[in-house]
Amino acid sequence: MADRMIEVEGLTKFYGDFLAVSGVSFAVDRGETVGLLGTNGSGKTTTMRVLTGYMPPTSGTVRIAGHDLAADSLEARRHIGYLPESVPLYSDMTVAASLRFFGRVHSMGPASLVSSIDRVLDAFDLVDYRDTLVGKLSKGYRQRLGLALAVLHEPEVLVLDEPTVSIDPVQVVEARDLIRRLGKEHTVLLSTHQLAEASTLCERVIILHDGVLVAEGHPDEIAERLQGAQRIRVEARGPAEQTGAALAAVPGVRSVGTATLIEEGVYAFEVTAPLRSDLREAIVQAMNAAGVGLRGLARSSVDLEEVFLQITRGEREDPDA
Amino acid sequence: MRNVLLLALKEIRSYYGSPMAYVVSAAFLALTGQFFVSGVSELLPEASLRAVFTPMTFALILWAPIASMRLLAEEQKLGTLELLLTAPLRDWEIVIGKFCALVAMLLGIIAPTLVYVVLLYWYASPDGGPLLTGYLGLLLYGSAAAALGLFTSSLTGNQIVAGVTAAVALLFLTLASEASGLVSGLPSALLAGVSLPAHYTAFVAGVVELRSAVYFITFIALFLFLTTLSLESRRWR
Repeated sequence: MADRMIEVEGLTKFYGDFLAVSGVSFAVDRGETVGLLGTNGSGKTTTMRVLTGYMPPTSGTVRIAGHDLAADSLEARRHIGYLPESVPLYSDMTVAASLRFFGRVHSMGPASLVSSIDRVLDAFDLVDYRDTLVGKLSKGYRQRLGLALAVLHEPEVLVLDEPTVSIDPVQVVEARDLIRRLGKEHTVLLSTHQLAEASTLCERVIILHDGVLVAEGHPDEIAERLQGAQRIRVEARGPAEQTGAALAAVPGVRSVGTATLIEEGVYAFEVTAPLRSDLREAIVQAMNAAGVGLRGLARSSVDLEEVFLQITRGEREDPDA
Repeated sequence: MRNVLLLALKEIRSYYGSPMAYVVSAAFLALTGQFFVSGVSELLPEASLRAVFTPMTFALILWAPIASMRLLAEEQKLGTLELLLTAPLRDWEIVIGKFCALVAMLLGIIAPTLVYVVLLYWYASPDGGPLLTGYLGLLLYGSAAAALGLFTSSLTGNQIVAGVTAAVALLFLTLASEASGLVSGLPSALLAGVSLPAHYTAFVAGVVELRSAVYFITFIALFLFLTTLSLESRRWR
């Protein structure tokens, strides 16, 4: 069990009468990067605030690196690096002073503190801002400093609440790179409502909706499970009707979507096939046999967005599901 | 203890990094200097700070809300409280750390008034006892006001609300002794009992009354305890 870095069992949190999180259980193993997905108000931030010890759950237990958060809160908190959603920082401190302060709060000795500060300044490209007041930093650099503070004491568990929200697209790419690098050394739980982000960063996602865990697994798995099928995109040069018929004739193909013209004489088709089948070679052969010029063939990238809408809509339409 | 010192030093640095510290200090010195000058320019001047100590307490109840209102309210507003409460720090360490910073600031504004003591010794031979107890009482008085200010600061994310609430409460505790004369029986005794100035008069006269010392220490302990509770209850909301 030592490799279970985060263990959540039956986590329930009420704010007064409002049920924010209801009976959520999950675990994150050492070295995993797991995404916590959900729309605004789905309970992501509440879950993270409970995990980091900011507030206690109404019921349920949380263990961080084997330490019970209720019984052994300080020890559990020592193993966590946390980036809250709003990236709170002391604006009247310099970048270096902020790092020094939080390093000391985490009981770092003077020697390791100096080397760790140099390390994170370098890793997060903050060296030039060492003596800049935090209040003068741009949003992107505040985000970097927030991440730097979270990893400074080399925690085993990183909890990042919407780490890429409110920064510009270039910085988002950089931030994702940083998180990917962090994921190699740490156990990471990050929340996001951007599904694309979750599928590029996380090995596993946990989807919350109205405080309830509605799905868990690899992003592709979840998508396929919910769609009940996989989709293959075929781009071919040739008459649309003939190509469509040839595709439909491939053994295993369940259905062929309507052709969409993508350039002069070239059509794209969406082919539906059973889960865990691979029809690509069969399709190539069928296209060759039909004398159609195959231009592209790929399993459709998982459209988590769609999946997500499906889950949330399903919940709404069928409350018993 | 290490954590308390760490948090206190952070606040002290932040306080002395702003112009506010110097403005408040100068205002305090100017105000009390006025009373010192009028005290020693009387016809038969007395080599004591009797005329200065009581006005100093008035200045302190103005100072305490200003100095303390930021300390927890701003942490809540900026969200940095979330960083502190999720760090391996105990709630009471945060409260005591902030309180120690306030006491240090208090020493910082009282210390320059020692120039009056130096002047008294230079030109006359004052009685050292009442000077010592007067300053001791002042320190207790200011610390008590600061503890109350820290408590109101923990209640809200708005520092103005925190400051005004503390000022009103301190004003009430200051005027309570006057009000006790207007009523009789138990209410009168109660008002006199909770009044801050009523417990300071003995200190000015050179006497440390156990009753008054206990009053100030209990006052401080109570409000620090309430602040810790308030911080803890924030976790439960």
